[in-house]
Amino acid sequence: MPVREDKGSVMITAERPALTRKDFVTDQEVRWCPGCGDYSILAQTQKIMPELGIPRENIVFISGIGCSSRLPYYMNTYGFHSIHGRAPTIASGLKASRPELSVWVVTGDGDALSIGGNHILHVLRRNVDLQIILHNNEIYGLTKGQYSPTSELGKRTKSSPYGTIDAPLHPLSVAIGAEATFVARAIDTDAQLMHHCLERAYQHRGASFVEVYQNCNIFNDGTFREFAAKEVRADRTITLEHGKPLIYGKERDKGLRFNGMHIEVVEIGKDGITEGDVLVHDETRADPTIAFLLSRMEWPEFPVPMGVFRAVQRPTYDALMQKQIEDVINAEGEGELRDIFLEGDTWTVE
Amino acid sequence: MATVTTKESESPEHQDILELERVTIRFAGDSGDGMQLAGTQFTKTSAVIGNDISTFPDIPAEIRAPQGSLPGVSGFQVSFSSQDIFTPGDQPDVLVAMNPAALKTNLGDLPRGGLLVVNENEFSEANLKKAAYASNPLEDGSLQAYRVYQVPISTLNSGALKDSGLTPVQVDRCKNMFALGLMFWMYSRPLETTLHWIDEKFGKNPAVCEANKTALKNGYHFGETTEMFATHYHVPKAKLKPGLYRNITGNEATALGFITASKLAGRQLFYGSYPITPASDVLHELSRFKRFGVKTFQAEDEIAAVGAAIGASFGGSLGLTGTSGPGLALKSEAIGLAVMVELPLVIMDVQRAGPSTGMPTKTEQADLLQAMFGRNGESPVAIVAPATASDCFNMAVEAWRIAIKYRTPVIFLSDAYLGMGSEPWLVPDISSLPKIEPNFASDPATFKPYARDPKTLARPWAIPGTPELEHRIGGLEKSDITGNVSYDPANHDKMVRLRAEKIECIAQDIPDVVVDGDDSGGLLVLGWGSTYGVITTAVQRARAEGKRVSAAHFRHLNPLPPNLGNVLRRYDRVLLPEINLGQMRMLLRAKFLLDIEGLNKVSGRPFTIAEVERKIAEMIG
Repeated sequence: MPVREDKGSVMITAERPALTRKDFVTDQEVRWCPGCGDYSILAQTQKIMPELGIPRENIVFISGIGCSSRLPYYMNTYGFHSIHGRAPTIASGLKASRPELSVWVVTGDGDALSIGGNHILHVLRRNVDLQIILHNNEIYGLTKGQYSPTSELGKRTKSSPYGTIDAPLHPLSVAIGAEATFVARAIDTDAQLMHHCLERAYQHRGASFVEVYQNCNIFNDGTFREFAAKEVRADRTITLEHGKPLIYGKERDKGLRFNGMHIEVVEIGKDGITEGDVLVHDETRADPTIAFLLSRMEWPEFPVPMGVFRAVQRPTYDALMQKQIEDVINAEGEGELRDIFLEGDTWTVE
Repeated sequence: MATVTTKESESPEHQDILELERVTIRFAGDSGDGMQLAGTQFTKTSAVIGNDISTFPDIPAEIRAPQGSLPGVSGFQVSFSSQDIFTPGDQPDVLVAMNPAALKTNLGDLPRGGLLVVNENEFSEANLKKAAYASNPLEDGSLQAYRVYQVPISTLNSGALKDSGLTPVQVDRCKNMFALGLMFWMYSRPLETTLHWIDEKFGKNPAVCEANKTALKNGYHFGETTEMFATHYHVPKAKLKPGLYRNITGNEATALGFITASKLAGRQLFYGSYPITPASDVLHELSRFKRFGVKTFQAEDEIAAVGAAIGASFGGSLGLTGTSGPGLALKSEAIGLAVMVELPLVIMDVQRAGPSTGMPTKTEQADLLQAMFGRNGESPVAIVAPATASDCFNMAVEAWRIAIKYRTPVIFLSDAYLGMGSEPWLVPDISSLPKIEPNFASDPATFKPYARDPKTLARPWAIPGTPELEHRIGGLEKSDITGNVSYDPANHDKMVRLRAEKIECIAQDIPDVVVDGDDSGGLLVLGWGSTYGVITTAVQRARAEGKRVSAAHFRHLNPLPPNLGNVLRRYDRVLLPEINLGQMRMLLRAKFLLDIEGLNKVSGRPFTIAEVERKIAEMIG
């Protein structure tokens, strides 16, 4: 995988042996429930680290509160298990002050979209160059089974014994609405797809938002099974590939196309519909509308889109902040304390 | 104010010049009338010609209340003297009232016989009504007790500017310069400093520039030539410590102190903040200093501001955040996180009247208990509180010295009165200030995330980018030494006590409290924060009358100066004036088991010297 040129700092050389996955495993016993989807997300995260080609000491994982947020303890990098919803704020301060670091935010549906909603909006709006991995299990696992902002309407949980009355958010729609420059979706049961999304997220210069459907087998088991189970996955999900037509299905016989202002599912070969009628995926579209439409697509009306929805370029907050300082120093020279001490009227007492 | 001599001088025959030791002027008008500007210019000139000065701006919370209304009144009080002064004066000697609302709001503070200069043109029926005057005070004899000068400031000003080319609204805006010019004449101040300032500020607009200068000069000449004023005054230079001075507000000094600390530590300053009165000026100041590499982050809310500062400290920068009372409340959880992860963090709180939204532009000292205890669990932080506007510089540097050396959050407790008031600042020699060593961890062989330095009990500061020191920190309880997550009962008890002990360790390099007065016996008046000036002056005056009273002031609030308890025990009684209901009094009573007495006023205004004098007299006769 190509190393990002802008990372600048210490490169892996012959003097420093190449890192392996083992270098990113800590001595801490992993405490997630057996069968939890977080295990596979952790595995893919550990696997991709050596592939980034950067020194381990430059990688930082910052999390909030939730099962997902335990992840930093299991990564042998610098890590910060912070407070509920606030990881993006700590990450923003770290990245803005140390732009050469590789900063990863691990969060969940409650952490990012309930208490942390405000901070998610702004870290995306600012386009701080970091990666946000949101473990979406549509439940509050750590506190033992309350509903979350992504739980379906009417869901019965510990805190909603008669069913929820809140309509849920679509995380990717929120991200796109918050001006996110990189938006992707993976799922814990598809290792290859997750690897792809993490890799792309890292390569993207800007705030990369990756929603990972994650199964909480204790409090919300099987919530994605209907479209994600192996037998049906090919016909009920669609993997987005830039430049390729949006075709899916085991027989590759289904596609998405525009009908007026709406996307519709069509059968290729029927009623004269050919591959040429199918919408071609373009991650780089400046207008986010189509990406937004894709983010609304839910089973059974539509196949669930997976992969990279959007990847556009926009200056990053940390680079702009750094540049503004450099520009000022170039124009005005480096500051002398004495000059600002003496701003305004001064006088001498003999 | 002491009348010293009557001097014959170059002034016209009908005018005498009286020498005074100290004068206090209050400029008051509608918030659109430029009173802050007039006041700051008067202050600047007075400082430049050598008086000691002290100021107190009194601004309304609204951006623009209806013109002429009572809530729209804006005031600026400046006290200037040939002696060392510590407060902006209890009461003005002169009140300049630009409209009826300003008169209504401020007259109560003018003593009998005080000078009252009013802009008589603004005393229309409509304006009198807005100020809830049933009759015109200029005509109904209610101002008999004062020396009233009715000056048609608006018409004189517009007359002077009739050929200026400005619109009537622009012309009217210059009337504050006319009033200022008149005051300059009355107190024998030169116009140069303000003329120079006008040139700089309005250089790009020659017509406006000229008009302001004309208005200023006309006000001056009016005083000189009219027969309205039989006397004018002269306040000689003060004997201040020799050196280079500049006038500075507390907020400006705070900002300079923070930048200086970053230079002394050799690390970048990162300021995360959210605009809030009266702290926003620090954000404005620091945002200008990009050529010092200062990174300022206007966050989406108070919590993001402190979160970003913590992230910056995690990365080895000086992570700083600043706010007022309501913002400190929002930051509590994050400050608790900083306590648990033991990273350097400075939190500036420019206190204002509370509770809740309170009175945003009024001063108070009631966030002390919030600073001490406003976090869940046993969550101690260090607290420092500057005593004067220029002391804000010293304590800002001190806050960072403590934060870095002990790897701890430090709350810098200032207040609106200090933040917005100004005084002369003896500019320090930067090379004389001691460096602050971050002492980052670097050796993987000996590094343990929660091992402690035996003297400071601080843990190592190991920043991302340092090879082989990879570790994880967080808000869950930590095991001693290793820093792994631990729920072990004995460990938690130990860690709670260690964190408390670390804060107590800070006392080892805090200076002792010094008493101004007698070594022991009699009454001790004790203060913290902005009551310094008032207490010092009140005790000075009481001692001059032969009273057995001393003063002491402390700037480290947590931990306390190591000798404080012993000092307090040497006196028969201790009085602690505070602008709250007795927060420090409660803490000291509990800690030292001493019956400390309080003087408490919570009106959004500083104490007056007279209030403290009265209490001293009441207590010891």
